[in-house]
Amino acid sequence: MGYTLNFAPVWRDFDLLLSGLGLGLLLAVVSIMIGCGIGLITAFGRLSRHASLRRLAGTYVTAIRNTPILVLILFSYFALPQLGVRLGKIEAFILTLAIYAGAYLTEVFRAGLVALPRGLREAGLAIGLTEWQIKRYLILPVMFRNVLPSLGNNFISLFKDTSLAAAIAVPELTFYARKINTESFRVIETWLVTSLIYVFACLVIAQGLRYLERRLAIIR
Amino acid sequence: MDLGYFFSDLWISRWAILHGLGLTIVISVLAILLGTLLGIVVGLCLSYGHWSLRWLVRIYTDFLRGTPVFVLILACFYILSVIGIQLTPFQAGVFALTLFCSSHVGEILRGALQALPRGQIEAAKAIGLTFRQAFIYVLLPQALRQILPTWVNTAVEMVKASTLLSIIGVVELLLATQQIIARDYLSLQFYFFAGFLYFLLNFAIEKLGRLAEKKVIYHV
Repeated sequence: MGYTLNFAPVWRDFDLLLSGLGLGLLLAVVSIMIGCGIGLITAFGRLSRHASLRRLAGTYVTAIRNTPILVLILFSYFALPQLGVRLGKIEAFILTLAIYAGAYLTEVFRAGLVALPRGLREAGLAIGLTEWQIKRYLILPVMFRNVLPSLGNNFISLFKDTSLAAAIAVPELTFYARKINTESFRVIETWLVTSLIYVFACLVIAQGLRYLERRLAIIR
Repeated sequence: MDLGYFFSDLWISRWAILHGLGLTIVISVLAILLGTLLGIVVGLCLSYGHWSLRWLVRIYTDFLRGTPVFVLILACFYILSVIGIQLTPFQAGVFALTLFCSSHVGEILRGALQALPRGQIEAAKAIGLTFRQAFIYVLLPQALRQILPTWVNTAVEMVKASTLLSIIGVVELLLATQQIIARDYLSLQFYFFAGFLYFLLNFAIEKLGRLAEKKVIYHV
């Protein structure tokens, strides 16, 4: 086996990898923020009194969760222009990831909403809050705190999914890794360093989320 | 949109699509089966291994779970050929998916095994079963029953992850679709069609999983 490790080409382009990591994190953050909006609306839709709204929200969740994200990405980048919707690659990717995240977050929020005690809403009504105020000041803050762990897990898996943006040439971490790989042929080094960056980033995010959970925990 | 053209071209390319669909199914089934077998070993090591073994396997699972599947597939595809293991893209892809699946199944199984009441293993010891017998006849059946819903989700994830093999040149459903699109430029219709096929496949898995859950729970 005549292969000697030489990390020099990888270190030389390490700032490229880091900028790719930054873009990946940014894509994940923006997408999960939009996804939270979508997820909240559809979660309320799934718990709505109207059967048609429930069915609509349910169809969205089932359809998106059962379709590979790569197909969705390619669809929004290559097929939407045929319908007259022209998006740049970053916009197309964020749109796709947000819609994808929305489907998973719907289930997270729905579980969070269902798990809230009935007394919460009744207490709000008793002190004279309107339905909107109850949602804004009672339901949402408590629900968000309760679902924070699964929200965090979803964020980590979304961050890992940003690697697929390389398929439509968005310059994030995997894109640069492929570039360094093809330019230098330092195959083992490139992929080892790239995976370690991903693993390290995931660990840091997980620790940060755990800290946030502890900070926000309701003392019982 | 000219649907007549789409349908005539769909008919012309029916064998390419069916072949791709078949390959997608083969890849997914192989990855799920091999990954589950390996995952059971991983879960076993994580739960009952010697502390040094547990530590090693923990690094293995955290590394695999922290790396995006896409990076894993690229890494296996490039690295294995460099260190002298000549695999076809198909084999490298299935290998990567198997590793990924095993880390997830291992982690799920560890959770389920640790959630079993201690009395189970004590009871098994009390009636004189060896550890292997206790595991096979007492612990594993209960744990497998518990992980069934999550395992079905993992199976769906594996089908979705199999699309990534298109990037290393395995002509599964997505790459077959892309080849057709390269010929006729009907990206909207064919991406939608591919997405629909994936949806059907995953939906079927989900429904079968639900059915299996009902069966298993009835027999408790």
